[in-house]
Amino acid sequence: MKFKLFRAPDGSQGGGSAPEAPVISTPVVTHGAGPVGPTKISARDVSVFYGDKQALYDVSLEIPDKTVTALIGPSGCGKSTFLRTMNRMNDTISHCRVTGRIEMDGEDINAKSVDPVLLRARVGMVFQKPNPFPKTIYENVAYGPRIHGLASSKGELDDIVQISLKRAGLWEEVSDRLHSPGTGLSGGQQQRLVIARAIAVEPEVILMDEPCSALDPIATAKIEELIDELRERYCIVIVTHSMAQAARVSQRTAFFHLGRLVETGPTEEIFTNPRERRTLDYITGRFG
Amino acid sequence: MTWLFLPILIAAAVAAFLGGRALARRRSEGQRAHSRPGQHGAYALIWTAVPALIVLIAASVFSPQVERQLMASGAPEAVQQLEHFRREAFYADARAVGAGHQTAQIWPAPYAELLPAEGQRAHRISLMLSLGGIVAAALAALLGALFVFSQIRPGMRARNRVEGWIVGALFACSAVAVLTTIGIVASLVYDSIRFFHSVPITEFLFGTQWSPQTAIRADQIGSSGAFGALPLFTGTFLIMLIAMCVAAPVGLFSAIYLSEYAGPVFRATVKPVLEILAGVPTVVYGFFAALTVGPALRTFFNTIGSWMVGGPLDGLGQYLMLVQNQMALVAGGVMGIMLIPFVSSLSDDIINAVPQSLRDGSYAMGATKSETVKRVLLPAALPGVSGAMLLAMSRAIGETMIVTMAAGLAAKLTLNPLETVTTVTVQIVTLLTGDQEFDSPKTLAAFGLGLTLFLVTLLLNIVAQRIVQTYRQQYD
Repeated sequence: MKFKLFRAPDGSQGGGSAPEAPVISTPVVTHGAGPVGPTKISARDVSVFYGDKQALYDVSLEIPDKTVTALIGPSGCGKSTFLRTMNRMNDTISHCRVTGRIEMDGEDINAKSVDPVLLRARVGMVFQKPNPFPKTIYENVAYGPRIHGLASSKGELDDIVQISLKRAGLWEEVSDRLHSPGTGLSGGQQQRLVIARAIAVEPEVILMDEPCSALDPIATAKIEELIDELRERYCIVIVTHSMAQAARVSQRTAFFHLGRLVETGPTEEIFTNPRERRTLDYITGRFG
Repeated sequence: MTWLFLPILIAAAVAAFLGGRALARRRSEGQRAHSRPGQHGAYALIWTAVPALIVLIAASVFSPQVERQLMASGAPEAVQQLEHFRREAFYADARAVGAGHQTAQIWPAPYAELLPAEGQRAHRISLMLSLGGIVAAALAALLGALFVFSQIRPGMRARNRVEGWIVGALFACSAVAVLTTIGIVASLVYDSIRFFHSVPITEFLFGTQWSPQTAIRADQIGSSGAFGALPLFTGTFLIMLIAMCVAAPVGLFSAIYLSEYAGPVFRATVKPVLEILAGVPTVVYGFFAALTVGPALRTFFNTIGSWMVGGPLDGLGQYLMLVQNQMALVAGGVMGIMLIPFVSSLSDDIINAVPQSLRDGSYAMGATKSETVKRVLLPAALPGVSGAMLLAMSRAIGETMIVTMAAGLAAKLTLNPLETVTTVTVQIVTLLTGDQEFDSPKTLAAFGLGLTLFLVTLLLNIVAQRIVQTYRQQYD
């Protein structure tokens, strides 16, 4: 039981594509069409407190596999906080408390038997600002495989590094300078390096916290293209401030406001036919 | 005496400020003046006070010389025929009599009778000089004030001129620090050169004998003087090495604990305590070393030695039984303890300066805390930490009190931590404490040692600052 969480997923589990009516207590508007893939992560009544201050109120959300789910909403609405509950990064903040239940492949990730360190190997994360380690490009990508012992030989590690860089669309640009510092790359390249670093440990989920906010339009376009490719293999959750980006890369969208989940559904419907007044106001730029 | 004028001068300056301000207000009435009345006032204050102050300083610097001249020129025949130093003594006593004090010596016949008259003359002269100084200062203040008052009109740029004076005053203050440093270095270099005239520099740097006892009388024996400072350098190096062996790991690891693992409450308690520890006077560490650690370690080694005597390690046992209180290990160890807060506080700052995003990146990859520290934080902080270590080394080399009290005086060329060694700083202290003649090689040797110490610590500090600086730029 304890180790079930860390077995490779066989893809046959989960609730299928049938629309599920989530058990929710708050009036969240959920559009008719169900998740695109089987549910990967399911959050029920998740609340987050920073000390006495509540940042997130009873959020329940189903996140399907092999899909890009965008979390949108004005600054301080709790979308990044929610993202960080999914790989328990909030554990690293001492006064932060999470209540509610988050299941990944049907198993509670906050259970005592789950080691957050191993969970994070399955749920990769990409941050707002590119944060390559002050090491070489090779060492940056090899970091995860090394600490988790994924490669038994130098050749195997080389392969992992190469495959990860190729999947992140960076191989062409850096294959001749793998041993120069990762911090010497451009911002967009650094962000793709960080994505390569995240996928080198074969995660199942990749969380992205405004991955393009520090990048120029061309680098942003490359990352968006990459996200679309990565969707075939991973469950991707992306926090973004850009409505256009949410519309371009995601299949499902969840709109947060003031710490509450307001509306969720297929991206197309949220953008063309929002049912909540606040959603409409936000996506048409009336606030936020 | 002249300085009694100071309160009056202050009052005059304040008056000049008020007057200047009022005058500026009146003259610029109805027009747009370049500067505010208060700035005119400040300008008047400066021009009243500064010339007068310069006169006062000049008067108190030169009046003793003028006074002596005047005394000499009007002195009776008998006094003029005295030897130079006796004449000076006579004038000094004349001044004392004039001021109503006792004479320092008893003067024989002709002079004793001359003293009261000369005393009165001295009194008159000093009074005249004081009055002269005060009048000159008052005149300077008056002229300055008149000059400024004549200048006050709406178009006068008092604002900029006051600013210029302020810049000048600030510059003068910073120049004091720089000039003092230059002066110290110059005196070090000058006296070192004198030392290297009597002792060749190669002998000083590479000689292995240190015994700076030179003969005071020609017939003294056994005091030829040897100035090979190599034993001092090795002693300093040995103690620095021992200190760093204690301070580097303990300081660094406590910094890692404080910045990465400790809870906010623990951190908030321990950091100030560490900083207090850094403020303990080194003399306290010194007697802790000499009176507590030294005897304890001696007892420890002597006991171990007594167990070994007669066994297979008899020789070592015999040696350990003779270990003394004063050894390199004691001085170095306690110095290491002294440096722990220094290293820890610097390293803590440097580790904290590593961006949080790198920690998050590592944790998000599923790394544990210690993996993150070992593989991300320490490599990122390494240049800064090594800079901190170099700074600690330079402090260890320059540290004086602990080694004076706990390391000993015998200059032995050894790297054995159980031996008594001496350091450069200890030797400077022993060479220059007590009554010394200032031209013997023995005294001048202290300048040679001081210069060496200065150059080494300067080099270490420059390198350390460079490293720390380039490291800081990397993340800013």
